Amino acid sequence: MAHVETGPKLYGLLAEFETPEQLLEAARRTRDAGYRKFDCYTPFPIHGLTAAMGVKEAKVPWTVFIMGLLGAIGAFSLQAWTSAVDYPLNIGGRDLISWPYFVPITFEGMVLAAAFGAFFGTHIYNRMLAYYHPVFNVPQFARASTDRFFVCIESKDPKFNRDEAYRFLQSLNPISIAEVPE
Amino acid sequence: MQQTIKATQIKEFPLFEGQQTYERITEQITSIPMERHPLPWTIMFGLGFIGAFALLMALVYLVAVGLGIWGINQPVAWGFAIINFVWWIGIGHAGTLISAILLLLRQTWRMSINRFAEAMTIFAVMCAGIFPLFHTGRPWVAYWLFPIPNWLAMWPQFRSPLEWDVWAVSTYFTVSVLFWYMGLIPDLAKMRDRAKTHLQRVVNGIFSLGWRNSAIHWMRWEQAYLLLAGLSTPLVLSVHSIVSLDFAISIVPGWHVTIFPPYFVAGAIFSGFAMVLTLVIPFRVLYPKLQEYITMNHIDWMAKVMLATGWIVFYGYLCEMFFGWYSGNQFEQFLVVNRFFGPYWLAYWALIFCNGIVPQLLWSPKIRQNLLVLFIISIIVNIGMWFERFVIVVMSLHRDFLTSAWGMYTPTISDWWLYLGTIGFFVMMMFVFARFIPMLAVAELKELWYKLYHGHNGHGGTPVHEPKPTAPAPQGGGQ
Repeated sequence: MAHVETGPKLYGLLAEFETPEQLLEAARRTRDAGYRKFDCYTPFPIHGLTAAMGVKEAKVPWTVFIMGLLGAIGAFSLQAWTSAVDYPLNIGGRDLISWPYFVPITFEGMVLAAAFGAFFGTHIYNRMLAYYHPVFNVPQFARASTDRFFVCIESKDPKFNRDEAYRFLQSLNPISIAEVPE
Repeated sequence: MQQTIKATQIKEFPLFEGQQTYERITEQITSIPMERHPLPWTIMFGLGFIGAFALLMALVYLVAVGLGIWGINQPVAWGFAIINFVWWIGIGHAGTLISAILLLLRQTWRMSINRFAEAMTIFAVMCAGIFPLFHTGRPWVAYWLFPIPNWLAMWPQFRSPLEWDVWAVSTYFTVSVLFWYMGLIPDLAKMRDRAKTHLQRVVNGIFSLGWRNSAIHWMRWEQAYLLLAGLSTPLVLSVHSIVSLDFAISIVPGWHVTIFPPYFVAGAIFSGFAMVLTLVIPFRVLYPKLQEYITMNHIDWMAKVMLATGWIVFYGYLCEMFFGWYSGNQFEQFLVVNRFFGPYWLAYWALIFCNGIVPQLLWSPKIRQNLLVLFIISIIVNIGMWFERFVIVVMSLHRDFLTSAWGMYTPTISDWWLYLGTIGFFVMMMFVFARFIPMLAVAELKELWYKLYHGHNGHGGTPVHEPKPTAPAPQGGGQ
């Protein structure tokens, strides 16, 4: 009781579950309990999990759409500008901007840019290449990629209080609860 | 990606063999790259390495001496380079079909073979790219094909299908790599977490980009994965359509037909599935762990896809004959007769035998379950599809409009050398892939396992234990 914690700052509390169903229930109840800064960790995508967590986001699809649009406009303009403005060439008397001939490359440009948007957009929003993350400090977290399902309530949540959060997580019947040092 | 699967379907056509758990699926697949490899691996890698080295030598010789070492000349200026280019690109297309189109069609059986087939796509497109690059004769100025401002003040000819090809194939390669790597990141993270040595952990850690299985990351990953599938689907159709336009936009007899784009796409899928079978059957023997996930049902379905696309291709052959006759054009009509009875009649009838007759054996369920016969059929189809491109390229060109310009095409030893070299390179790359990368998509298989067996209570699955009260006491908690 008199013990004073002097260790590293607390990042959050991590609760471990055995099945996706338990995790879905836990995510829903964590949300209902008023926590907002929390995340789940699962070995594979679980349908309905982000809905249970109350997360809704369409940044990636919008990025892909805008990138695709820019790619198509860019590829078409490139062809039109080079063929009609920068170096006009008369090919068999066709129009300088003979647009049907520009369709294939416009399409490829659209796909290429959109695919870059999907790949890099996802990784930029996910802050990938950040190799260090506090959750990796917890030994049992290694199983998050195999067969365990985790909820982590983060200390930056305004409602976060270590003991309350601990008791709350205990009420969810996890296999284990661990402190995540920053 | 929700599926509605009936319980009866699961029992009749199991997608997994044996009792699986999340732990078992992960262990079986990720352990393969982390263990010592069987002797056949070393032998096959060695053979592939020799082939890849031969490829390098062939290219050095080609650049040093020039295109004269090939059998091409007027009137057949396209020869092996274009035959092999189209053949390899076609093989690659099955990978994208499996990974993208079958994903959009919610064919759950794709989960076992997509990683493998996508790797095949990437290496096949690498092999394909070599041919047109060196067929230009001066590969060191290949950058002229891209719109890079240069001292000539010249731009690529954007009205040419050959330029479209550059864009289509390079986009296809890039998007295939992105799609493949996207699916790979979570599995590399699994390898990192299960690594047995420090090196494995560091290397897999670097390439998994710090993936930590966060639900929000998974959500974005799924959105992007689905969108990439949606982009790859029209892309793959466009690539082989554009390849076929290299032919169809010309006025050469036998090439100037509107059926070319769909006929090429079907042929690509046909040959690609044949190549998937050619690779999967020996890999299942070499790595028996894969047999739990690539079951006889998967093999059976692949054989059925081959049978179906084989018929589309055969329909294409019939259409070509009809178009030739119906055109009323003497050059087109001559071409049809020339295919049957001309100097290259053997190639044409080999094509009909390999692609039209042999695949009919696949009607029999017994043959679809016989791995050896299926393996042989898949190789025959690969050969048949090679003959198809030979027939298209050489037969149309060797009889020009004027009889004075007629000629014959005979591949030289350098042609064969380069071709076999690319096969060696392909084999080497497939075995390197098997050595270092999880061959099946672990996360997707686990997701499939969860959807199949947890949505319908009482058919195996992971045993659900009561939660154990092993939680540590709250540290510094005020009780």
